[in-house]
Amino acid sequence: MPPPNDEVTAVTAPTAETEDVSANWASARAGVGDRIFAGTALAAGLTILAALAGVFIFLAVKGASGFTKPTEVYGPHAESFLGYVVPLLVGTFTASVIALIIAVPLSFGIALVISHYAPRWIAAPVAYVIDLLAAVPSVVYGLWGAFFLAKQLVPLHVWLHETLGPIPLVGELFGEPNPAGRSVLTAGIVLAIMILPIITAITREVFSRTPRLHEEAALALGATRWEMVRMTVFPYARSGMVSAVMLGLGRALGETMAVTMVLSVGFDLSWNIIATSSPTSIAANIALKYKERSADLLNVLVATGLVLFLMTFLVNFLARWIVGRSERRMAR
Amino acid sequence: MSTLEEVQTRVHVSLVQPRLPRQAPTIVGVIALSFGALLLVLGVGVVSATVLGALAFLLVLPAWSLAIEGRRGATDRLMTGLIWTAFAIAVVPLVSLIWRVVSKGAERVDGVFLSYSFFKTQIDQPVGVYHAIIGTLLITLGAAVISVPVGVMAAIYLIEYGKGNKLAKAITFLVDVMTGIPSIVAGLFAFALFTLIFGPAYVSGIGGSVALSLLMIPIVVRATEEMLLLVPDDLREASYALGTPKWKTIVRIVLPTALGGILTGITLAVSRVIGETAPLLLIAGATDRTNMNLFDGAMTTLPVLIYGQNLRGDAPAEAIAWGAAFILIVIVMVLNLVARIIGKIFSPKKG
Repeated sequence: MPPPNDEVTAVTAPTAETEDVSANWASARAGVGDRIFAGTALAAGLTILAALAGVFIFLAVKGASGFTKPTEVYGPHAESFLGYVVPLLVGTFTASVIALIIAVPLSFGIALVISHYAPRWIAAPVAYVIDLLAAVPSVVYGLWGAFFLAKQLVPLHVWLHETLGPIPLVGELFGEPNPAGRSVLTAGIVLAIMILPIITAITREVFSRTPRLHEEAALALGATRWEMVRMTVFPYARSGMVSAVMLGLGRALGETMAVTMVLSVGFDLSWNIIATSSPTSIAANIALKYKERSADLLNVLVATGLVLFLMTFLVNFLARWIVGRSERRMAR
Repeated sequence: MSTLEEVQTRVHVSLVQPRLPRQAPTIVGVIALSFGALLLVLGVGVVSATVLGALAFLLVLPAWSLAIEGRRGATDRLMTGLIWTAFAIAVVPLVSLIWRVVSKGAERVDGVFLSYSFFKTQIDQPVGVYHAIIGTLLITLGAAVISVPVGVMAAIYLIEYGKGNKLAKAITFLVDVMTGIPSIVAGLFAFALFTLIFGPAYVSGIGGSVALSLLMIPIVVRATEEMLLLVPDDLREASYALGTPKWKTIVRIVLPTALGGILTGITLAVSRVIGETAPLLLIAGATDRTNMNLFDGAMTTLPVLIYGQNLRGDAPAEAIAWGAAFILIVIVMVLNLVARIIGKIFSPKKG
């Protein structure tokens, strides 16, 4: 998380080319101090590598047996690890995809308002508030979703069911509605509100980095403001936008509390996103089941955690790789 | 003279396209607003009236523009409208969230709420969240004690020593990836680590600190890195020129210059992990008593307490949950504010 200081990003010029001009010829005592200090710094860097490897290793050690337990461990609803994890994966992805569909256009909109549309006296405080909202703890979002939003969304559920339900293909998504509003749709909306500040923060950053000359050239050629945005800002920011979406996806996949607190859990796979009960997400399932503390089930939970870790690692890896690639391209 | 007139009559190219009057959006806005108000009077719900009013605005303005300014102008008006609408839609839930927490929370919070724990020694003793506040502060402090030295030293390695080499590049990349680790996975890691060492039923605050530090280290590293990059090389070179060894240059010159930014980054990192729930559920457990010992026994934090109250779901539990959420948000906001102030006070002098 870069500090929210405008000057900072401006001055952070790459200094990778500067040569190391430290005094190697200094006294022998200084040499010892140098070696100790450099060693400590290196050790700290290696600690980070070790921690990341440690996460993988410990989860693998503890969870390895979770992949092949006797049938009864996987509970009444599944017979094997695959049968146990697939509904959870479906639940994870449904909630995350709903969240992305809602959050992405909205956060691009906010980012554009802040970077290009609003006058500065609106943009600056709004950007500050969005940054603050990124710091609101997830459990508070969950609390708000469970005690407030779910009830407010009941009419929407009924309306969706009545209006869109009868339509052939789309209607599958809007079957019998949840009377309390605690559906995947609600969980997805809460998730969307949670990832909104993150996606907005990154896209705002890349939008505002569009070279001023490109924008002015477009306007001078007679482009309207939207054409200017479409022809200069979006192409320049495309990779940043993609990676922002993927980072948001990573956050949504791994988010625990919002889903745990909002969704009423079931085990039947269906297309109905406003159903009375739906499969929960991997993270939420761990938070709900850990209390049982039966050693076998814990192994299974850790194994599902390993699946989640690898999945989010992959998503984040791709996101960062896309950003890194585009930064190199721009530097050239 | 006559030829010029001839040219003027023959070729007439207008350099300006017809445009809507400047007040057009305002006019349409007022119309849409009164349309919405009319619907409201006619007995349509608040939500539907707002939605229909906004739709009216989004349709009428581009249509008018299409008639006068043409397709491109209409598209521009439509997109401008949509972008501002997206903005408005997004602000509603965020404002509602803050309003809810503040209004519901503030009425439950008082001196008693802050100074009693859940543990009752008498039947009519009032309950409060003292134990959870203590737990939150201790566990977060533990996480900071672990992650600040590791994070800052790792950043020093990345910027001052390993600049550009393969290992440093790999670490930078992995730190970026690490910022996206789901918090529950960090909790599972701490859980797996501690139960492998200390046996299956192990529960303690320090486990929570370890899990949180896994989430906190990457934030500290990133912030410190950015700040160290800001320190001008002239300062380092001036120090070397005086014969100062490299480590002393870093400790005496580079770190003090970047101190403000590093402190800001650390404070922001603390505010980020102080609200984590999932990892603490797994390893730090929950208790009704005030536990001051990080290394022994379960410890409740505010987020875990909120979650527990949400599970109970009855009215008094809900009130306690909102109160605790209010305290948590206040702590986070104060930390953010402190971070800003530190940043202002210690901001690197440019010159």
